[in-house]
Amino acid sequence: MAEFKTMVLNMGPQHPATHGVLRVLLELDGETVIRAKPMIGYLHTGIEKNMEAKTYTQALTMTDRMDYLAPLSNNLVYVGAIEKLMEVEVPPRAEYVRVIMIELTRIASHLVWLGTHAIDIGAMSMLLYCFREREKIIQMYEFVSGVRMMASYFRVGGLAKDIPAGFDERVKDILDTFPSKINEYEGLLTENRIWRKRTIGVGVVSAEDAINSGLSGPNIRGSGVAWDLRKSNPYSYYDKFEFDIPTGRNGDVYDRYKVRLSEMRQSLRIVTQAVEGIPEGPFITTDRKIAPPPKPEVLKGMEELIHHFKIFVHGFNPPEGDVYFSIESPKGEIGCYIVSDGSKKPFRVHFRPPSFVNISALNKLVEGRMVADVIACIGSLDIVLGEIDR
Amino acid sequence: MSSVIEEKLKKGYSDKIDELYTFRGDLNVIIKPSGLIEICRFLKIDTELKFNFLSCITAADYLGKRDKRFEVVYVLYSIPKRNRVIIKIRVDDGEDIPSLTALWDTANFQEREVYDMFGIKFTGHPDMTRILMDDDWIGHPQRKDFPLTYELPQFSHSRDEIDTRHKAPWRGDE
Amino acid sequence: MGIEKYIPDGIILTTVEKAVNWSRKSSLWPLGFGLACCAIEMMSTFASRFDLARFGMEVMRPSPRQADLIIVSGRLSVKMAPVIRQLYDQMPNPKYVISMGACASCGGIFNNYAIVQGVDRVIPVDVYVPGCPPRPEQLIDGIMKLRAKIEKEKLKGVS
Repeated sequence: MAEFKTMVLNMGPQHPATHGVLRVLLELDGETVIRAKPMIGYLHTGIEKNMEAKTYTQALTMTDRMDYLAPLSNNLVYVGAIEKLMEVEVPPRAEYVRVIMIELTRIASHLVWLGTHAIDIGAMSMLLYCFREREKIIQMYEFVSGVRMMASYFRVGGLAKDIPAGFDERVKDILDTFPSKINEYEGLLTENRIWRKRTIGVGVVSAEDAINSGLSGPNIRGSGVAWDLRKSNPYSYYDKFEFDIPTGRNGDVYDRYKVRLSEMRQSLRIVTQAVEGIPEGPFITTDRKIAPPPKPEVLKGMEELIHHFKIFVHGFNPPEGDVYFSIESPKGEIGCYIVSDGSKKPFRVHFRPPSFVNISALNKLVEGRMVADVIACIGSLDIVLGEIDR
Repeated sequence: MSSVIEEKLKKGYSDKIDELYTFRGDLNVIIKPSGLIEICRFLKIDTELKFNFLSCITAADYLGKRDKRFEVVYVLYSIPKRNRVIIKIRVDDGEDIPSLTALWDTANFQEREVYDMFGIKFTGHPDMTRILMDDDWIGHPQRKDFPLTYELPQFSHSRDEIDTRHKAPWRGDE
Repeated sequence: MGIEKYIPDGIILTTVEKAVNWSRKSSLWPLGFGLACCAIEMMSTFASRFDLARFGMEVMRPSPRQADLIIVSGRLSVKMAPVIRQLYDQMPNPKYVISMGACASCGGIFNNYAIVQGVDRVIPVDVYVPGCPPRPEQLIDGIMKLRAKIEKEKLKGVS
C-alpha cells in the first residue's frame, strides 16, 4: 500500500509576494495547505535596545523605521506615550495638524496595500495607479517636513516646526482629486469577476477567532467587530470629528478589501473637517523644560537661552514610572510601553506591532485552502516586516 | 470603572495580589505567578468586566534596581467596555511563568518573543523556541548585561593596527 | 572618419567590446529584492513618476538565476546574511550589486548586534547610494553611474 506523505514547501525570505523578508513553511498535501508556519526575524534590527542608548528625542527618529509605510503613526504612538507619562498639554493647532497628517498617512498606507495586494493577485495596473496617487501625499510630507518618507515631524508636546503657508491649499487640492480616484479603483476591482472569485470566501475568520487571535484594525472590522481606537478611546481630538467605522460581515479577503477602501473615504472626510478650522496659536507646548523657545526669544533673553541649551545638550527628564499607550494605525492597534527611570534616556521601550500579532493568525486563515490563496491571505492581512521584526 | 475591577479582584484573589495602584489613569495589578491563569480567566469571563482582548505581553529587566530582576507585563483590553488593565508579575532569573496560550492565541508569538529577548520560559507553551534571533544564538539581547555591541570606527592606514575582532557573546567569546 | 565615405548606409562600425557593453548596460534585469524602507522608494522609482523602464529595467525577475543586478535596499540583519550570499552565488555572471541606502552601505543608524555593518562584508558592491531612504532621483543617479562603469569594462576571455 503506497504511503502518502506530506510535502514541506518553503516560501523563502526572498519572494516577490511576501511583502518583505517573511518566510512561510507550508505543509502541503498536493496543492492543499495543511499547516502554514510563518518564520520571522529576518529583519530584526534591535530598535528597542538601540533606543535605550539614545535620549528621548534622538530615539524618535528610530521609530519611523519600524512601520515604514506609515511613519507618522509610529511617531505619534511614541510621542503620545511620553506625553501621557509627563502629563503634557498639546496645543490645539498641533492636534489639528497631527490629525490631518495621520489621516493622510492612513490613505498612503492603504494605497500601498492596495497596489501590492492587487499585483499579487494579478491586477498589475493597480500598482502603478496607487503609487501615482501616493506621490501626492509624499510631496505633502516633503512640503511640511522636508523629507519624503521618514518625517519625524512630531515632538513631545506638539510639532517639530510650524506648517508653512499654503498648507491649506495643498490639502484642499488633494481632497478635490482623491474621491474620483478611489471611485476608479472601485470600478476596476469591486465588481470584477476574477477579483471576486479569488477573494470571496477565502481566508475567512470569525469574529470570535479574530478577538482570540488578537487581530486588530481592518482585519477585525472585516469580521464584523466594530472596534476602532479612534472612537472607543479617543486621542488627539478625534472625538471632535464625525466619521463612521466601516465593518464587514463574513470576514473574508473581499470584506477586508471593502473595509479598507471605505476607510480611505472616511479619512478624506476627517481631513475635510479638520482643514476647515485649524486654529491659530503655538505649535508646541509652552512648557520650556520640554520644548525649546522660539529663536527670536532665545537670541534676546538669558533664561530662554539657558532653556534652549539645556534641552539640546541634555534633554528632558520624565518622572519615574511606566505607561502603555496605543493608537489606531492603518494596520491595527499599535501600542508603546515606556518605562522611565527619571533619566534623560528611556529605560525600556517596547512597541506592540499590529502586524506581529496579525501574522500569527495566518494558520487559521489558510488551513485547507490552496497555495494561491496563501498569497491572497498574506496580502489581505497587510503586514509590514519592519514592524514585525523591529 | 477601575474601582469596580479593584473591588472584584480584591474580593476573590486577595491572596494572589501583591499590590494594586492606578497610574496615569490605568489600573496596575502586581500578582504572584501562580495566580496568573485564574485571574486572567476571571477577568475574561466575568460578565461585568469582559476583558476579552490580550493586547500585549512584554517584559523589562531591572538588573540591580530591584530584588526580583524581571517584570513581565500583560495588557488586557475590554472591547465592549473600552478600558484597560495592566497585570504585572515579578520573577527572578530562572523562574518560569505559566503560559496564557490556552486562553488567548495571541500569547503564542508574544511569549516566544519574551523568551528570545529575556530568557524567561513559559510552561505549557506549544513551541518555546527563538523567534527573532537565529536558532543557535547565545544570549538574550534585551537583558541589561548583553552589550549593544557598538562598532567603533577605526581609522588607520596600517591594516595590522586595526583590531576588527569585537567581543561577541553569541560567537562564544569571553 | 574617412571610411564612412566608402561604405553604404545602415552599417555601424564598432568594437565587439563596445557592443557587448552597450547591450549589457541597456537591459539590466534587477532581482526583486527589497528588504526594508528603501524598498518602498525603489518601488516608487519603478512606478510611473520616476520611471525605470526607460533604462531597460522594467522586468523585475523574481528568480536570481535570471537576474543580473541586485539592488540591496534596506538593512541586512545577521539572520538574513547567509540568504543574500546564497542569492548572490546563484546569479550568473556578469552580475552587479548596488547597495542602496545608508543601512546597506555602512549599517546606517543601527550600530548594534543585529545589523551587518554594510552589505559589502558579505557580497562585493559596485555602486553605493547613500540616503535614508535615498530619493528616487538619487537611485537613478546611482544606476547611471553603474551604466558608466559597465561601459568601461574590458572583455576578458569568456566571462
